[in-house]
Amino acid sequence: MSIIETRDLSFVYGIDTPFEKRAVNNVNIKIEQGEFIGIMGHTGSGKSTFVQMLNGLIKPTSGQVLLNGKDIWENPKEIRKVRFQVGMVFQYPEYQLFEETVYKDISFGPKNMGLTDSEIDKRVRDAARFVDLSGELLFKSPFDLSGGEKRRAAIAGVLAMDPDVLILDEPTAGLDPMGRDILLSQICQYHKQRKNTVLLVSHSMEDIARVSDKIMVMNKSNLEMFDKTKNVFSQNKHLEEIGLRVPQITKIMASLNEKGYDFSEGILTVEQAFAEILTKLNKEGKLW
Amino acid sequence: MVRDVTLGQYLPGNSLIHRMDARAKIVLLISFIVMIFCAFNFVSLALTAAVTILIVISSGIPLKMYLKSLKVIIFIVVITSVLNLFYGTGDPLWQWGFLKITWSGISRAIFVTIRIICLILATSALTFTTSPTNLTDALERLMKPLKVFHIKVHEIAMMMTIALRFIPTLLEETDKIMQAQKARGADMDSGNIIQRIKALIPVLIPLFVSSFRRAYELAMAMECRCYQGGEGRTKMKVLHMSAIDYIMIALMAVVLAGVIFCNIFFWELV
Ligand SMILES: Nc1ncnc2c1ncn2[C@@H]1O[C@H](COP(=O)(O)OP(=O)(O)OP(=O)(O)O)[C@@H](O)[C@H]1O
Ligand SMILES: [Mg+2]
Repeated sequence: MSIIETRDLSFVYGIDTPFEKRAVNNVNIKIEQGEFIGIMGHTGSGKSTFVQMLNGLIKPTSGQVLLNGKDIWENPKEIRKVRFQVGMVFQYPEYQLFEETVYKDISFGPKNMGLTDSEIDKRVRDAARFVDLSGELLFKSPFDLSGGEKRRAAIAGVLAMDPDVLILDEPTAGLDPMGRDILLSQICQYHKQRKNTVLLVSHSMEDIARVSDKIMVMNKSNLEMFDKTKNVFSQNKHLEEIGLRVPQITKIMASLNEKGYDFSEGILTVEQAFAEILTKLNKEGKLW
Repeated sequence: MVRDVTLGQYLPGNSLIHRMDARAKIVLLISFIVMIFCAFNFVSLALTAAVTILIVISSGIPLKMYLKSLKVIIFIVVITSVLNLFYGTGDPLWQWGFLKITWSGISRAIFVTIRIICLILATSALTFTTSPTNLTDALERLMKPLKVFHIKVHEIAMMMTIALRFIPTLLEETDKIMQAQKARGADMDSGNIIQRIKALIPVLIPLFVSSFRRAYELAMAMECRCYQGGEGRTKMKVLHMSAIDYIMIALMAVVLAGVIFCNIFFWELV
C-alpha cells in the first residue's frame, strides 16, 4: 500500500469570487514508503498548494488524499494526528519562530503531541543534532540567530515531531551555496537514517537531481510527469517547453554525446560525470 | 480562511462608478449617508433604497460580493432590529412580561434594517470601485483646507495609504504563520477561551516581529527614494473631475431634495 495516494485532487482558491484560481487540478499520484520525491514546476504551478493538502492544512476542493490507505478528511476532528504523521516545513520557515529560546521553539511540536518531558528532551536534542545546532545555540533567542541558523532551527522544529512523511517547501531558498549544500546533505542524512518518506519542493534542478529517487513535475496546476529522476531528466525538450531545464551537467554530457562521444545517458551530478569521464579516458589510455 | 474578507476590497473594473473621480465619490457617499438618516418616512426611505439599488447595479460588481459584505454585518443588523422591535410605543400587538411589540416598533425595526443595509451597500460600492491609493489621494485633497489648522494632512493620508496597503499583506502573513504553527500541531479551534487566547501567541509573536521588520524596510526604502513628506511633492496621477462627476453630483442634489420633499409632503406616513 502506498503511504500517500491522491485521487483527483483539486484545489480552487477564492471560490465564487472574481479572483477564482484553480491552483491544483485533478492530481493522481502514488508515493511509496521510503521514497525521496523531488517536486518541481514553474512558479505558481501549484506545488505549495499541493503539498499543503497532503497534511490537511487546506481541505481539497474535490478529490481525496489517502494516508496509508485512509482518507485524511474522513474524520475532520482527527486532522491534527495527520499533521504529526506528515510534517511540513514551509517556504521561509524562519518566520514561524516565536519562543524565548531555540530549545523551547523546537519542543513546540513534540509538546503539542503530548509526549513526556524526557521524550521531548530527547527529540529536541536529536533534531537539533541533525541540523547541526550545537549546545549553546539551543538556549539563545531564536531572533538572535543568523538567517541560516534560524532556518535550521525552524526545520528542527518539524523534525522533532519525527513524522513518517517529511515535506520541505523550498528549504534552501535564500541560503548561500555552502549553506544549501550542507542543509541538503543533512536532509539526505536524515532520510537515510530514519528511512522515512521525503517530499522536497525545489527550483534547483541540481539539488533535485542529486537527492531524489523520483520526480514530480507540475505545470499550470496539472501533474505533468511523475517518474524516476533519470527518466524525467532525459526529456530535455519537454522540460524546456514548460519553463524548466535539466541540470547543467546533464546538458553538457548530452551535447558531448551529440558530438560523437558515448557517455551513458542520464548523468545527473558533476561527481557522476567526473567518474564517467575518468573511466573513459582510462580505457582509452589517455589518462597517464 | 482569514483572507476571505470582502469588506473594503477593491475590485478593478470599468463601470460608470469605477470611472468617477474618487473625490466626487467620497462627497457623494457622505451626502448619501446624510440622506439615509434624513429619510423619515416610508416614501423617502423607498426613494433611498431605490437609489442604493441603482448604485449597486451601475457599479458592475457581482451581486455576490455585496452579499458577502452584508454577511459580515448581518449580526449587527439582526441585533439592532430586534432591539428596536421592542422599543416602540403605542398599543401592544403582542406582550410577554415587559416585552411588547407594537406597530411603531415593527416600523422602526424595518427602518433601521433598511438604513443599515443601504449604508453598507453604498459604502461597499465606494470601496469596491475605488483603489486604496485613489481613495487616500482623494481624502488628502478633500482635507487640504485643514492645513490651516496645522494638521499634517499629507502625513495622515500617507499613513492611511500604507495601512490600507498592508492589510492584505498582514492577512496573508497571518494565514501563513497560522498554517505553519498548525503544521506543528497547534490547536486553534478548540478549548476554552483562555486556551484559545494562549494558542494565538505562536501566531502573534511572529506577526509582530515581521511587521516591525517590514516597517523598517519600508521606511528605509522610502528614504532611499528621497521621501521627505508632502512638501513640493507632485502627483503622477492627478485626480480630475469629468462631466460624469458633475452630472452625478447634480443628480444627488435632486434626489436629496426629493427625500426632503417626501419628508415634508408625506409627513403623516411615518
Ligand atoms: N492564498 C491564496 N489565495 C489565492 N490564490 C492563491 C493563494 N495561494 C496561491 N494562490 C495562487 O495559486 C497558484 C498556485 O500557487 P502555489 O503557491 O501553489 O504555487 P507554487 O508552485 O508553490 O509557486 P512557487 O514556486 O512560486 O512557490 C498561483 O497562481 C497563486 O497565485
Ligand atoms: Mg511555493
